[in-house]
Amino acid sequence: MRYRKERLDRGIKVRCDDVFALSSYREVLYLAMPKVLPVAILLIFPLLKGVVGLYYEKALVITCAISLLALSWDLMASVGLISLGQALFFGAGAYLTGYLNYAFKLSPILTIPLGTIGGALFSTFLLLPVLRLRGVYFAIVTLTLPLLLGRFIDTTKILGGGEGISGLSPLPNLWFELYVAIFAMLVCLFGFRRLINQDYGLVLQGIRDNDRAVMSGAINIYRFKVEAVFIAGLAGSFAGAFMTHYYQFVGIPAFAMDYSIVPLTAAVLGGPGTFAGSVIGAFILVPLSEALRGFGTLRVVFYSAILIICVVGLPEGIFHYMRRKYHQFERRREIG
Amino acid sequence: MEDGSILEVENVTKWFGGVAAIITVSFSLQRGELLGVIGPNGSGKTTLVNLLTGFVKPDSGKVIYQGKDIAGQQPYKVAALGIARTFQMAKPFYQLSAFKNLIIPLYSPRVKKLRGGKYGNRDDVAIDLLEDVGFERDSFVPYKVASSLPHGYLKRLELARCLALRPDLLILDELFSGMSMSEVAGTLPIIEKLNTEGLSIIMVEHRLKELFRIAHRVMVLNFGAKVVDGSPRQVMDSDAVKAAYLGDEDEG
Repeated sequence: MRYRKERLDRGIKVRCDDVFALSSYREVLYLAMPKVLPVAILLIFPLLKGVVGLYYEKALVITCAISLLALSWDLMASVGLISLGQALFFGAGAYLTGYLNYAFKLSPILTIPLGTIGGALFSTFLLLPVLRLRGVYFAIVTLTLPLLLGRFIDTTKILGGGEGISGLSPLPNLWFELYVAIFAMLVCLFGFRRLINQDYGLVLQGIRDNDRAVMSGAINIYRFKVEAVFIAGLAGSFAGAFMTHYYQFVGIPAFAMDYSIVPLTAAVLGGPGTFAGSVIGAFILVPLSEALRGFGTLRVVFYSAILIICVVGLPEGIFHYMRRKYHQFERRREIG
Repeated sequence: MEDGSILEVENVTKWFGGVAAIITVSFSLQRGELLGVIGPNGSGKTTLVNLLTGFVKPDSGKVIYQGKDIAGQQPYKVAALGIARTFQMAKPFYQLSAFKNLIIPLYSPRVKKLRGGKYGNRDDVAIDLLEDVGFERDSFVPYKVASSLPHGYLKRLELARCLALRPDLLILDELFSGMSMSEVAGTLPIIEKLNTEGLSIIMVEHRLKELFRIAHRVMVLNFGAKVVDGSPRQVMDSDAVKAAYLGDEDEG
């Protein structure tokens, strides 16, 4: 007797995919749970300082920053722009914020928004000439840009040179740090998810799938790419701007490869193209990396091993897997 | 057929390195005319389509569309002027449903302008277009992801994507290639109907039997040059065409 696995959509999923036909509190719960539960946990987490300790409260801020970068990576990937240099956004936002605070003594309430918008504009401007490139060619340029800027600051000794700018204004308090970071991350997550399903987002996805067909649909794809990079830049530069005041320091590490590679890994681990996957990826990778600190130098070995297992075991990404398990049930069926 | 030409191509030439893809090709297209373009493989048919639609810039020559030279303009600008084209390889937006595939051209400024700056019931427009090219309206087919649709549907989706622009000139680059006999038989009347409704069409095609039945005029390309341009009957009887197709060339 041979069996094969059969997957069936849950009835409610079939009915509710596009049309919201709600009839009972159980269906409402079923649909709302995947969104409400993580958001609720996130909002409660800062209140649990006594339970989880200050260390992990601080780790949450970093996780949110990496999530923002991963979201920004995912948005660019949705337009077919594979970036290896999210550190460009991070660094641009970070340095602008740091400089505004250092030179003009502006408060973080002003420098963070200005750094976000300015950083996004600056990086979009830098990427303008290469937006016509596709795939690996675009990726290579994005990989080098942050390294180039970091080395440029180092050698020309502008903006604090190799030492960076320290002694910047701190953020008001821990509550502010936590809730602003969480809020920004949630706004980006749900905003991007909404954007990509709007007509505007469909055009972006069309450019990813076949840019020539979009062009012959009388749409200027260059404009859409520029706008998408700017929006992605806002998310990335905000992370940089925010972390500058969080660390009260900005330096060359803002352009470090970590800010390019970790968000990319998070997005790939979580499942690209869904935004939620990027966040899930970041929320696995960053705390995991913190938790493994106890292993000292062996940390990287464990970290890499877990990563390889995840990527080999779940090539579709964790989010796709979770979504499938939530919406479908499997049963074995006899054949032959 | 209305009077006046919609497209005038004057001495267009395009070199790819040392190879002449198109050499001083000239022709004109009347409003409401259906022009067939045939030729063996590698004769420059697709390059000609790319030249007309802005995907390739001609080295010399003019492409005059409704009185304006559009040679070398950006593809999206050419499309915005009302020239829609299909691609030889049907490459839809794979991760989107057939229905959502059409939302993209419908989002273009050209369509918005035609519809008076407002969308209206854009969903109905999209589903009507799909029905026009032979998608079953009340089935799941329009809502299935494009990557799961059979090739014949993808080709017709290409056609619908063009029609979404409400073009004045439609260029079909081997629409029938890869379609089954029954799919061709189903699509042919659609093109005939569009043409009788007044749409000017340039049809690059390898299926000569079907093409000769509906084309008003047929142009033959060989090695990038125009060989013959005339009525289907004239072309069929031409010795030059027989030489191009049956000489020592492989039939395309």
